[in-house]
Amino acid sequence: MNIVVCVKYVPDAQADRTFSVDNTTDRAGVDGLLSELDEYAVEEALKIAEANDGEVTILTIGPDRAADALKKALQMGAHRAVHVNDAAIHGSDAIATSLVLAKAIQKLDPQPDLVLTGMASTDGTMGVVPTMLAERLGLPAVTYASELTVADGKVSVRRDGDLASQTIEATLPALVSVTDQINEPRYPSFKGIMAAKKKPVDTWTLADLGVDAELVGLTAAWTTVESFSARPPRQKGQIVTDEGDGGSKLAVFLGEHKFL
Amino acid sequence: MEAAEFESVLATVRDFVREVVVPAEDEIEETDEIPTRIREQAKAMGLFGYAIPEEYDGLGLTMSEEVRLAMELGWTTPSFRSLFGTNNGIAGQVVAKNGTPEQKQHYLPKFASGELVASFALSEPEAGSDPSWMRTSAKPDGDGWVIDGAKQYITNATRADVFMVFARTSGERGTTKGISVFVVPADAEGLRIGPNDPKMGQRGSSTAEVSFDGVRVDASTLVGGQEGVGFGAAMKSLAKGRLHIAAICVGLAQRMLDESIRWATASRQGETRIADFQLVQGMLADCHTEIYAGRAMVLEAAREYDEGTDQRLAPSAAKLYCSEMVGRVADRAVQVHGGAGYMHAVPVERFYRDARLFRLYEGTSEVQRVIIAKAITRSR
Repeated sequence: MNIVVCVKYVPDAQADRTFSVDNTTDRAGVDGLLSELDEYAVEEALKIAEANDGEVTILTIGPDRAADALKKALQMGAHRAVHVNDAAIHGSDAIATSLVLAKAIQKLDPQPDLVLTGMASTDGTMGVVPTMLAERLGLPAVTYASELTVADGKVSVRRDGDLASQTIEATLPALVSVTDQINEPRYPSFKGIMAAKKKPVDTWTLADLGVDAELVGLTAAWTTVESFSARPPRQKGQIVTDEGDGGSKLAVFLGEHKFL
Repeated sequence: MEAAEFESVLATVRDFVREVVVPAEDEIEETDEIPTRIREQAKAMGLFGYAIPEEYDGLGLTMSEEVRLAMELGWTTPSFRSLFGTNNGIAGQVVAKNGTPEQKQHYLPKFASGELVASFALSEPEAGSDPSWMRTSAKPDGDGWVIDGAKQYITNATRADVFMVFARTSGERGTTKGISVFVVPADAEGLRIGPNDPKMGQRGSSTAEVSFDGVRVDASTLVGGQEGVGFGAAMKSLAKGRLHIAAICVGLAQRMLDESIRWATASRQGETRIADFQLVQGMLADCHTEIYAGRAMVLEAAREYDEGTDQRLAPSAAKLYCSEMVGRVADRAVQVHGGAGYMHAVPVERFYRDARLFRLYEGTSEVQRVIIAKAITRSR
């Protein structure tokens, strides 16, 4: 079984994230990492591959430093990686991203039986790329999986809603996006870290994929970030001193703020 | 190991310690045990074999690398590193440095994977700081040996599959010659492991008495295949272990400073953060300065260890300084926390108790001073 996992290199959410002058995500000033939500997809792929004698390919689009995200996934145990790296991709929206991912997946040999993704990226948090990608590849899309089994040429997926859970089946090949409830991603083992450097990583450009540079990047994006501003700093809390009337002061406060 | 790979190892261990072990600290304190899930993850990562040579499936870290790893491990409860400390350290190194090729081939890969837990059985009631006074003996018996005696405070005894047992095979008590070391299976007939010792701190680590009543072992269990290598093997293992412990102390001291900074910047007296009081600032600054000195000392001692220029004096000096330093940092950390520092609810209360052991094991501060003083006055 051949599995492709699409992953994203994102700015560390623990750091002070900001934007560049062109209103795209600032990647230079902040440390990046493999998106935590994608680690669940990598873990799920590894589990399926281990049970089915499969092979896991990690695919990312991003600048040079995005190689770190691939390295982490290879250290976890993935077999090979593909890095689509082309300056023209800078500023691409979800539509262009799904186009490049689709072209890269179509170039893979052998073709995957299963495409896995996280439920969203931790920076953009749109969660639309998986279905766009499935549409471009002509694959059934099953999203937000919190449980996934593969058997007899089918995937069976549990989707947990607020009030009920659904079980959905799709025939392979298929695309599945997974949630952070599906597993507990492993830590790379020391042996995995040592083995990762010997694993093959292909680097492809837009030309390698036959994608017209006009179709991607900031100028081709259907949406643009017009402006941004930092969240205002938290206001100092109001301290109510109890001088025998603490209860009524509290009631007044709650009333004024329409909590009562 | 390439620098980039080692940085990945450090980053992985740092993440694991902070994301998995730190949140379990209260559970470890309550249950006095490392949860199975953490033990299994530590095994899968390879933590049981970071210091075992690469040809025996370990990571074969240099001392300079090992101390940096130890500083990361030190950032949480010391009982976590104790879980795999004997496999990599004092017990595993006895086989790695002194074993026959067959013993290395048989044991080291199993130590590295965590399949076997190894324990180092040297200390006795009248022979702790000075092992030459040990009473445990091994007498020839046909083609094997019979071991009699008792050991105390043996780390990981209750978890061990094999013990490195130090026993006198010849010579007078009080002399260093004639001490041999055997690899004894924990299930050997006549070997009895006592209950887990109740301790002041480091809950989750395990120590116990181990006694030997006519324990018969094969000739193949004699480490190195020859008698008398025990004292030298113990001293070599302990010197390496001392440097490791010094690095653990630096890591724990850093954690206590991090906790104290967090506390001091979040807590107020009236409208003033306690971190803005100069007497509190003084304590934080002293901690930072001493930790910086300890870290620099450990890294330099490790460099000398790797280059072979000093494998005895520098480990003792680093262990002496860092174990005393972590005690001073623990004391200030409790002080910075004020009354809360005395409560079980804050980590520094627990670390204050944990830290006390570092001045006692792997050679007391007094033993380190004697080693250092002897070495620096010998040639004068």
